[in-house]
Amino acid sequence: MSAADTSPQNVAGRESAPPRPLWHVILVRPETMTLLLLILAVIVASQLSPYFLDISYILRSFTLSAEFAIVALVLTMVIIAGEIDLSPAANMALSACLFAYAQAAGVPMPLAIGIGLLAGLAMGAFNALMVITLQLPSIIVTIGTLTLYRGLAQVIAGDKSIRVPEWFIGIDRVLVFGIPVPVLVFVICSLVLGLVLAGTIFGRQIYQIGTNETAARHAGIRSRRIKLALFLLIGIVSAIAGMMTASRLGSVRYDLGLGGELQMVLMAMLGGTYIFGGRGTILGTFLAAWLLVVVSTGMTVANLLPAIQLTVLGVLLIVAIIATNFIYSRTQR
Amino acid sequence: MLKKTLAGLALGLGLTMAAGAYAQDPLSIVYIGKNTGNPYFDSINGGFVDACKEIGCEYEFVAPATAEATSQIPFIEAQIQRGVDVIAIAPNSPDALNQVLDSARSQGILVLTVNGDLVGNESHRDATILPVDFTKTGPNQVELMGSMINYEGEIAILSATTEAPDQNTWIAAMKDSLANDPKYANMNLVATVYGDDQPEKSTAEMEALLANYPDLKGVIAPTTVGVAAAAQVVQSRGIADQVKVTGLGLPSEMRDFIKDGTVSAFQLWSPYNEGVLAAYFAKGVKDGTIKNEVGQTFEVPNLGTITIDENNAMNTQAELTTFTPENIDEFDF
Repeated sequence: MSAADTSPQNVAGRESAPPRPLWHVILVRPETMTLLLLILAVIVASQLSPYFLDISYILRSFTLSAEFAIVALVLTMVIIAGEIDLSPAANMALSACLFAYAQAAGVPMPLAIGIGLLAGLAMGAFNALMVITLQLPSIIVTIGTLTLYRGLAQVIAGDKSIRVPEWFIGIDRVLVFGIPVPVLVFVICSLVLGLVLAGTIFGRQIYQIGTNETAARHAGIRSRRIKLALFLLIGIVSAIAGMMTASRLGSVRYDLGLGGELQMVLMAMLGGTYIFGGRGTILGTFLAAWLLVVVSTGMTVANLLPAIQLTVLGVLLIVAIIATNFIYSRTQR
Repeated sequence: MLKKTLAGLALGLGLTMAAGAYAQDPLSIVYIGKNTGNPYFDSINGGFVDACKEIGCEYEFVAPATAEATSQIPFIEAQIQRGVDVIAIAPNSPDALNQVLDSARSQGILVLTVNGDLVGNESHRDATILPVDFTKTGPNQVELMGSMINYEGEIAILSATTEAPDQNTWIAAMKDSLANDPKYANMNLVATVYGDDQPEKSTAEMEALLANYPDLKGVIAPTTVGVAAAAQVVQSRGIADQVKVTGLGLPSEMRDFIKDGTVSAFQLWSPYNEGVLAAYFAKGVKDGTIKNEVGQTFEVPNLGTITIDENNAMNTQAELTTFTPENIDEFDF
């Protein structure tokens, strides 16, 4: 009797590989690596400075990156679907500039907010048009639109900052159960998007499109419609994030969120999202956002030079990419 | 994760209370520069270090990697978390720091702006230490440039970042002199470009000026990074006779250019003395020996009597120092 026949788990036939044990599936995944790095980061940061382990300080520091983190969640879904969007940070700036310009020109606040949201949606739609209808590679398109949107923001706002009204300022100082509002919004978004991605048909289809778009389309999945939805979603979420940043800073400049697209992609990559699509989770990005905040806050409060901070972040990214690819190449879904 | 946070919280509370007890002893001062890798701030830093050795306070210098408008916010938050007594800062923006500086002051931290002020937002800081009377800097620079080019021809300005409150004050005064003073009627300001206090960008902007304005006679660079870059370009091209470069420069960086005739004169003040003045002032205010009110005077060793002027501003020295080949060797910063 061969080993394959006597194994009780081998239901697929002699040549198939034995299924992975449950503990293997749950633990050996990139999110575990992110969690371990997060725990390690907290331990190291608390050793570097006695001022670090203050939960309200860590939460306050998170608000500085919360806007990027929220957009990074949606960006994760876009990357899993096999596309990428490098324009959200410029989208944030342009929506915020349009919003601030409108309300400074006397437009009532709800209308100005509406203008900002509409602008974000329009920018997402423009990206979608290029990628889906014209079938251009999304990385090239969004590099182009990121420059375009940033330039338009500079045309609108010039080199000056546009102030927003006093009552609008300070969303990051509003605490609900001791947690700043942006952090709460991030957690809620993570829960909602995590459930959508993992639990709904829409979420499943995103994974399928990312794994093999042609096969998915032949299976009847409306990939163009889903990608359009994702680009519109990231457009409007960027607009919301842009206005949250305006509230936090008290004024809007064209360079709002400059370099943010890199932080967002970093969060997605550190969370174990596979750059070629088809794999990744919201949980991973959630943990990665905390990891980034812990690492940079820990180093800042220990008065370490920015050069060291950049080096550490670079090493983290390389470790994450190697581990992610190693795990994914050795395991089936 | 939750248990870890709670344990960490308990530990953190204990440590912060212990650390708080320490903060009452020597005065802790932190100086936040515009960006790292900017030798100008090394001079101010030197002043702080030496003064703090004499009067007995703890001192640290931190700075962000880039001089963007919002780059200093995480650093200010970190210093508040560390419980420092005095935050001295060279602001990268006149208004982006309002919220975070207010929260620093609400914790009892003395906020000083050193080397530049929060133009239009002075209520968000306790006092400002300026190197000279900033209203005279612009006209002095224009006069120096004029004397080099016989008061006629096209000139351009190579500045730092677009938001920098100090450079913008000087540029506004320069434009005012050029427009209103009949002495400069034949001098024409053709462009103002921004090198962001980065050597590469400043060099690129200088090259662009030379390309776009072939009749350019002079460049004023009121930033040490910019004037060094501009002088370097002129020296490598060998056009010191056609294009005169001047501005605010550090003797240590400009020594070669002065000695070989690329630059015939430039100006500055003593950044070192700013650091000394700031340290003594901070200690005095915290001890109660100096009252932070307009019209008060106090003594600082080697600097003489300092008066607190309108808007709680203090000038370290009366006039700009002009550096020429004759006197360049007397200075070692």
